[in-house]
Amino acid sequence: MGLQVENLTLYYQTLRGDVHALENVTFTIDDGEIMGLAGESGCGKTTLAHGLISLAPPMKYISGKILLDGEALPIWDSRKMDAFRFRKISIIPQYAMNAMNPIRKIGKMIEELLSAKKVDYQALLPELKRRLDLVKLPHDVLNMYPIELSGGMKQRMVMVISSLLNPSLLIADEITSALDVSSQKAVAEMLVEFRNQGYCKSALVITHDISILYQLADSILIMYAGQLVEKGPTAEIIHNPRHPYTKLLISSLPEIGVKYAERKLNGIPGKPPLLLDPPAGCRFRERCPLAFDKCYQVPPFVEVSAGHFIACWKETDGHA
Amino acid sequence: MRRYFGRKILIYLLTFFLAVTIDWLIPRFMPGNPVQNMLARVALHPEAAEALRSYFTKAFGLDVPLWQQYLNFWIALFHGDLGISVYMFPTPVAEVLKRAVPYDLFLLIPSILLSWWAGNKFGAFAARSKWLDNTILPLSYILTATPYMWLGILLAWFFGIVLGWFPIAGAYSFSLRPSLTLAFIGSVFHHWFLPFASLFLVDFGGWAIGMRNMIIYELEADYSHYLAALGAPQKLIRKYAFNNAVLPQITGLALKLGVVVAGALVTEVVFSYPGIGYLLLAAIQNQDYFLIQGCFLFIIIGVLLANFLIDIVYVLVDPRTRRGMTGETA
Amino acid sequence: MNAPKKKNEALYFALRNKKLLAGFSIILVFLLLALVGPALTPNEPFDYVNPLGPAAPSAQYWFGTTFFGQDVFSQFVYGLRATFIVGLIGGGLGTLLGMLIGFIAGYRGGMLDEILNAFTNIVLVIPTLAVLLIIAAYLEVRSIATECIFIGLTAWPWAARAIRAQTFSLRTRDFVDLARMSGVSSTKIIFQEIAPNMMSYLLLVFILQFGGAILTAATLDFIGLGPTNAISLGLMMQYAVLWGALQLGIWWWFVPPGLAITAIVGSLYIMNVGLDEVFNPKLREM
Repeated sequence: MGLQVENLTLYYQTLRGDVHALENVTFTIDDGEIMGLAGESGCGKTTLAHGLISLAPPMKYISGKILLDGEALPIWDSRKMDAFRFRKISIIPQYAMNAMNPIRKIGKMIEELLSAKKVDYQALLPELKRRLDLVKLPHDVLNMYPIELSGGMKQRMVMVISSLLNPSLLIADEITSALDVSSQKAVAEMLVEFRNQGYCKSALVITHDISILYQLADSILIMYAGQLVEKGPTAEIIHNPRHPYTKLLISSLPEIGVKYAERKLNGIPGKPPLLLDPPAGCRFRERCPLAFDKCYQVPPFVEVSAGHFIACWKETDGHA
Repeated sequence: MRRYFGRKILIYLLTFFLAVTIDWLIPRFMPGNPVQNMLARVALHPEAAEALRSYFTKAFGLDVPLWQQYLNFWIALFHGDLGISVYMFPTPVAEVLKRAVPYDLFLLIPSILLSWWAGNKFGAFAARSKWLDNTILPLSYILTATPYMWLGILLAWFFGIVLGWFPIAGAYSFSLRPSLTLAFIGSVFHHWFLPFASLFLVDFGGWAIGMRNMIIYELEADYSHYLAALGAPQKLIRKYAFNNAVLPQITGLALKLGVVVAGALVTEVVFSYPGIGYLLLAAIQNQDYFLIQGCFLFIIIGVLLANFLIDIVYVLVDPRTRRGMTGETA
Repeated sequence: MNAPKKKNEALYFALRNKKLLAGFSIILVFLLLALVGPALTPNEPFDYVNPLGPAAPSAQYWFGTTFFGQDVFSQFVYGLRATFIVGLIGGGLGTLLGMLIGFIAGYRGGMLDEILNAFTNIVLVIPTLAVLLIIAAYLEVRSIATECIFIGLTAWPWAARAIRAQTFSLRTRDFVDLARMSGVSSTKIIFQEIAPNMMSYLLLVFILQFGGAILTAATLDFIGLGPTNAISLGLMMQYAVLWGALQLGIWWWFVPPGLAITAIVGSLYIMNVGLDEVFNPKLREM
C-alpha cells in the first residue's frame, strides 16, 4: 500500500521548448512512512509535489503510473482528481501563510470548504477542536480572520485544515522554510505527531533543509536536476551516503562545534544544468568528481542494501 | 477604525473648504457684470437704469469689498441661503436647485448602481469562459471608450427619431401637469429611459472590464490555488474570488463619481433633461453668478457625501478594516 | 533556439502582440488622416460650400455637408488634428505632472508624501469637469493650447496616484537599497535605477492619459467651452445637436466625429492591454 510512483515523467511547456523537469522517477512510500525529499533549487521536488496533486498547465504529463493505496491516481485528469484531493491526498502548500481567504472567518471558510466536499462540518467540529489543541491553537481561532494570526499560527492552522480528512498521503511543501528555528522544531514534531495519531497515513516532506529531515523523516530521497539520486533510511543517508552528490551535499552542511577557521566549508562547484536541453546520461556528470565514460548513460535506480537505492554507475557497477 | 474615519473626514472637510473657495472665487473673474446684463434685458431711461443698478448691486451684495463678500458667502451658506438667481430673477438659487436636483438623482442613482452591479456581474462571467470573454470584453471596451454625449446622440437619433419609440426632450410630456396619475408617471419613465440607458451603457463597460481583470487577478491568488489543491469545486473558488474582487470595485466607484457626474451633465444637455447640468449650462450662458455657484456647490457636496457613504459601505464590507488593520485596498 | 536578447525582447514580443498591432494600426490610420486629410480637400472647415445646405454623403462631398452647407469631411480631418494635439499635449502634461508628484511622494515618503497624497486626494475628489467649466467660461477667447493646459492641470491626480504606488513598491526593492548603501545620491537613484524600471509603466500611464484627455476635450467642446477659433470633433457634435441634426436626420454630421473618438480611444485602451502583456511575461499567451 502507500504511494507507488512508476516512471513518472513531467515536463514544463515554455515558449522556448519543453523543460525536462522530472525524468522517469520511480519510488515508493510505505504506509506510516515519512519520506523527506531534498535537493537543490530546481531539482524537481516542487514539480513532483505539484504534479501529484495539482497538475496544470504549463506542467505537462508525459508518462508514468501512480498508485495510492492500490488505486490508480489519475493526475492527468484534474476533474477526476478532485475526488482524491483533500480526501486521499492532501498538501500543506509552500504559501501556507497566504493560503486562507483573507475576508472570511477561518471557521466559516472550513465550513464552506467541507460542505462543498459534501462533508458535515458540525459532525467534524469536535475532531477539529482536538486537532487545534494538538497544534496549540485556541478554539477561538475559528472566529478570527487570517489577518489576526501570526505567521506561525497560520502555518499550523493550514496544517490542521490540510489533514482534516485524514488523507493517505500528506505532502508538506517547505513548511519550515519561513519559520525561526524553535518554530521549525515545533512544526516538525507536530507533523510526526500527525502521523502517529493517524491524521495521515504517510507523508512526503519537501525541503532544501536536510537538518529538518534528520528530525522528522524515516527516509530521505535526494533528487538532482529532475532525476532521482539516492534514497534510504535517514540515518544511512546522513551518516553513510553512497552517491557522490549526496556525499558532497552532506559534507557541505555546517556542523555545530566545528570552527571554520580550521576546516573550510565545502560547497559543490558548478551549477545544475538547464533542463531545457538536459545533458545525456547522469545529469550530475559534469560536476561529479568521479565521473567516467559510462556516465553518459542514465544509471538505473537500484537497491544496493535494504531500503537503500542509488543511481550511480560507480557504486552499482560492482553489483549485478 | 477611528483613525481611518478621522483621516477621511479631515480630507473631506479640507476638500469642501477648498472647493467652496474656488467656487466663490472663479465666477467673480468672469467677464461681464451680471447686473449690467440684467438691465440690458430691459430697455430703460438712463436715470432709472442707474437707480435700478444701485438697488441690484446692493441686493446682490456686490457693493462691499471682496473679503467681506467671501465672509458673507460662508455665513449665508450656513443659513442655506445661496443668493438670488439673476437668470431666473427673483427666484432664490436654492429654490431653482431644489427643482432640478430630483431629476439628477433620478438619473444618476439608478444608472450608477445598476451599471455597477451589472458590470461586475458580467465582468465576472467574462472571467469564467473564453467564449464569454471574447464577446463581453470587446463590447465593454467599445462602450467605455464611447464619449457619453455621442452615445446619447446615437440613442436619441435612432430610438427617438428614426424609430420614434422615445421622446428626446424634457422630463415629461409638455402637455401633462405633474400629478400622481399613471399617465404622468408613464411619461416620466418614457422620457427618462434614453438618458438613463446612455449613462448606464458607458459605465457598464468600465465596470465589466475592471471586474474581469480583478477576478483574473484573484484567481491567481494563493488562496485560490489552495482551494484548488484541496479539490474545492470551481463554484466555491469563483465565489471567493468574486468577494475579494468586489472590494477594490467599491473604492473605484468613489473615484469614478466625478467622471459620472460629468457624463450626466452632457447627457442632460443632449436630452434637454432639466437637471443641474442643464441648469449649469444656462447659468453660464447668462452669467448668473449665484446660480453657477449654487450648481457647482451642490455637485461638490453631492460627490463628497457619496464618497463618504461609499467609505462607510467599504468599512462594513471589508472585515480587515474593522479589525483595525489596513485601510482600503486600492 | 536562442532566446532573444533582453533589450530586444520587448520589441520582439511587441511586434507579435495582436492587440498592440491592431490598436496601433487603427490609430495610425486616423493619424494619417489627420496629417494628410486637409490636403485632400480644397475646402476649409467653416467655408459655406454647398448653397443647398445639408446634403448626404456623395462623390463630391465624401462626408456630406452640414446644415449650413459646410464640408463635413473638411471639418472632420481638421477636427482630428485638434483631437490628436489635445491628446498628446494635454495627456502629456498630465503625465508629466503626475510623474513629478507621484515620484516625489512615492520615493521620499514621510511627511512630504502625506501632504502630497492629501493634496492629490483632494484634487481627485473634486469633479474636474465642474472646475474646468468655470475656468473655461472665464476666458472669452480659447485656443486649443489653453484647452490642453487645463486638461493637463486637472488630469494629473490619476497618474500621480498610480506612479506613486509603483515608485513605492520599487523603492523597497533590493537593488535600490544596494544603490543607496553605496552612497549614490537620491536623484541619481531615481533616474538610473527606478525610472528605467518604470519606463514601461509610464508608457501605459501616458496612453491612458492620452485617451482620457481626448474624452475630456470632447466633453468640454460639446458644452461649448472648446476652442473658439478652431474646429474639433466635439464641436462638430455640438453644432450638430444645436442645429437640429437629430430631428432633420443629418446623421453624417454627428456620426463620424463620435465614431472617430470611440475608435481612437478604444484602440488606445486595447494597445494598453497589449503593452501590458508585452511587458509582463506572466500575461503572455503561449
